Amino acid sequence: MCGHCGCGEEAATTVLNLQTGKQATMERGAGHAHDYVHEHGHDDPHGHGHEHGHDHGHADSGGTPARELVELETRILAKNDAIAEKNRAWFKGREILALNLMSSPGAGKTTLLERTIRELKDEIRLFVVEGDQATANDGKRIRAAGAAAVQVNTGSGCHLEADMVARGLQELKPAPGSVVMIENVGNLVCPALFDLGEQAKVVILSVAEGDDKPLKYPHMFRAAQMMILSKMDLAPHVDFDPERAIANALRINPSISTIRLSARTGEGLDHWYDWLRGELARVHDRAFA
Amino acid sequence: MHELSVTQNIVAIVSEAAKGRRVTRVTLEVGKLSGVMADAVAFCFDVVAQGTVLEGASLEILEIDGLGRCETCGLEFEAETLFAPCPCGSMRWKRIRGEELIVKSMEMVEAA
Repeated sequence: MCGHCGCGEEAATTVLNLQTGKQATMERGAGHAHDYVHEHGHDDPHGHGHEHGHDHGHADSGGTPARELVELETRILAKNDAIAEKNRAWFKGREILALNLMSSPGAGKTTLLERTIRELKDEIRLFVVEGDQATANDGKRIRAAGAAAVQVNTGSGCHLEADMVARGLQELKPAPGSVVMIENVGNLVCPALFDLGEQAKVVILSVAEGDDKPLKYPHMFRAAQMMILSKMDLAPHVDFDPERAIANALRINPSISTIRLSARTGEGLDHWYDWLRGELARVHDRAFA
Repeated sequence: MHELSVTQNIVAIVSEAAKGRRVTRVTLEVGKLSGVMADAVAFCFDVVAQGTVLEGASLEILEIDGLGRCETCGLEFEAETLFAPCPCGSMRWKRIRGEELIVKSMEMVEAA
């Protein structure tokens, strides 16, 4: 709880372990700067890289105190990216395939996961990090389908960040050789910017949406390695043109792959499962590369 | 609004470097292909800076134009969006500039 930036109890990020029922509230250091008054025990105020201590000539004018310009040249997302790299190394050492699933709300991420868990349960161990702003509804659905899950509720946040995934993994303890599905918050904008340490980003576009979505949300489709066209059973009833959607995605990202499927009828799921098997085999082969 | 987290990161980076001294100005570089809207960062900045050493600081955002290098014809061209093709028509191009998200510098009150 913090009075400085307005991030109250409601906005805090929580992690719920659906196996134990234990819920934790995350202390998220990355975004906050509340410790600015405490000393870091080094007295030299000029200790940061090269800096230009010019005073703009105002020093003797009485009114304006002298200013000091300090060059920082720091990447804004450096902290997130460093944690993401740690996650990636953690996955790699355990030969775990981690996928970051992203879509707009309602494209069918959870439904696809439920069916995948049920149909591959004798072959692949699946673990799920569920991201939503609020509620454990999706986490419970995943549990009911037969996989271990943690629910990360981001509060006011519109996407998962690498530290949330790290905290989720601490609870989830995915087994070596397993697949970790990270279901991001439903949103085609913000999640594209934040590396979580996954091996691949998968974007899901349902045929109930527009086939121009890749053009409207280019960052997302540029970042993804795989596009899933979901709810293909609805295709005859809507104006969505799969060929046009694929052409639009390829305009943004010439190397993106596509699978068409319906988690309801089962159409195309074999391709999805084959892709998962192939990615998992690749993770295994590259563990010591 | 990922710009809120982006802005929180900016304030955290600057606060840490300032070590308790008051910051009067922050300069950022934001690439036009970065997916971050400079206006939205500016909108968040005053709110996030409240109660920190950055409170009241002015924010300067240097927007960096996108530059692409075509993998088909080799041309370097200004890319205004991610889906702008190379003048030769090819969509296969690498972003070589325009994705910057950098805290460039800060200005502080001179230590007494």
